[in-house]
Amino acid sequence: MIELRNVSKSFHVHGGRRLLRDYLSQTKVATRDSRFWALRDVSFSVDRGESLALIGRNGAGKSTALTLITGLTAPDSGTVRVVGRISPLLQLGAGFHTDLTGKENLYLNAAILGMHRKDVIRLFDTIVEYAGVGEFMDQPLRTYSSGMTLRLAFAIAIHIDPEVLLVDEVLAVGDASFRDKCRESIERLQRKGASLLLVTHELSSVKSLCDRVVWLNHGEVVLAGTPGEVLPRYEEALHKPEVYAAV
Amino acid sequence: MTRWNGDLWFLLQNLILKDFRIRYRNMSLGIFWSLLNPLVMMAVFTFVFSRIFNQQIHHYPAYLLCGLVPWNFFSGAWISGTNSLVENAALIRRVPVPRELIPISSVLSNCLHLGIQIVLLLILLLVSGIFPSWLWLWMPLIWGLEIVFLCGLSLVCAALNTYLRDTRYLVESAITILFWLVPVFYSFSMIPARFKQIYEFNPVAALVMALRNVLLEGHAPAFSLVYKLTVVSIGMFFVGLYIFRRLRSNLYDYL
Repeated sequence: MIELRNVSKSFHVHGGRRLLRDYLSQTKVATRDSRFWALRDVSFSVDRGESLALIGRNGAGKSTALTLITGLTAPDSGTVRVVGRISPLLQLGAGFHTDLTGKENLYLNAAILGMHRKDVIRLFDTIVEYAGVGEFMDQPLRTYSSGMTLRLAFAIAIHIDPEVLLVDEVLAVGDASFRDKCRESIERLQRKGASLLLVTHELSSVKSLCDRVVWLNHGEVVLAGTPGEVLPRYEEALHKPEVYAAV
Repeated sequence: MTRWNGDLWFLLQNLILKDFRIRYRNMSLGIFWSLLNPLVMMAVFTFVFSRIFNQQIHHYPAYLLCGLVPWNFFSGAWISGTNSLVENAALIRRVPVPRELIPISSVLSNCLHLGIQIVLLLILLLVSGIFPSWLWLWMPLIWGLEIVFLCGLSLVCAALNTYLRDTRYLVESAITILFWLVPVFYSFSMIPARFKQIYEFNPVAALVMALRNVLLEGHAPAFSLVYKLTVVSIGMFFVGLYIFRRLRSNLYDYL
């Protein structure tokens, strides 16, 4: 279960000052602390077994919502509540290292995602079979094609038996057979009662996987409802040139 | 804030293995490089100090290595610990793993390197005609304290380095200074008396002192030395952990 209640989150415009000269120039010239509001007073929830899609243009605040839900960062105000084991299918394989073998990456990635040693040992063969990279497991990851890397990453993430599944554009990459396999696995987890939060620009998967849609724009909820209610209006807005409001 | 309840030890072990594998896999001669650096340093310093400066220190190569090995580990682990958060940004920006583990695992992954150099040191002692004694049992405590101290120091520096990327250059300078302020290649007896007390608080100096007591001078380290070393090391660890936790909440925004 995921619940966001009146959540706001801002970032420094510079994305955090990082060098000594930035700190120095800040003391010399009193720059106003300009912040960028990625989310403003956003509320939505995903119950057990429910599926919700977050849609919106680039920079609408979708990824920020995901980082808040995974617990990577805390909101400025409001509350974020998540019950259940999360599997973030976000930027799959970002923790992978190309010099490590498939097997070593599997262990490391599973440990990072919170899998316990005994479960990794128990599920090892299943994961390898699912990923379909069997004979490559002892080869370094740099010899893998990008599709193979993705399959391995997805296989690990799907086998931690998540109760909350965060999916970010994963379905847009990979070949057709892999996409079907992903979709199948996600549907199986949905039937088992997992909550799904999908962030995507691909409206066809929103229609096929989700019961509800939240449309974000400039960090605020524009419209929430069933795909039938929200998607036509969203598509309409997409084709109009947008007037960017000053933030 | 952290919603991660995985297997802490399993993760720590995998992080250490990762650092370690990456470091050694790209070296054709693997562990040999761990030995090369101290051997070259030893040869150069032995030449300079026994031939040019004509210093009369007994078993000079072994004496030097007692300083060089802890210093090498200290500098290597400190630097890699400081950079650890920034280097693993891809990983910590994605999963809310306990971030304390990153600098700590980085320090611990230097331990194999240390182990190899300790073996080299012990072999050199045997070759110089110094044989194992019960005093060698002090070593696990002495090395253990150095590791604990470094974990604390790396926690602070790794967090600072995230906010201020210049930290690593300050650390690099500090390491150079430390090389001269720690009696790596000179002896404690050359230090003026009024500075000696301060040296005992410098954990690397204290470490070198304790090691030479045990390995070369054949007596246990003074109680006051062990006491100061213990207090400073464990203190550093908890101070490090405290500062890290204070700085942790905004780390994501700065990575």
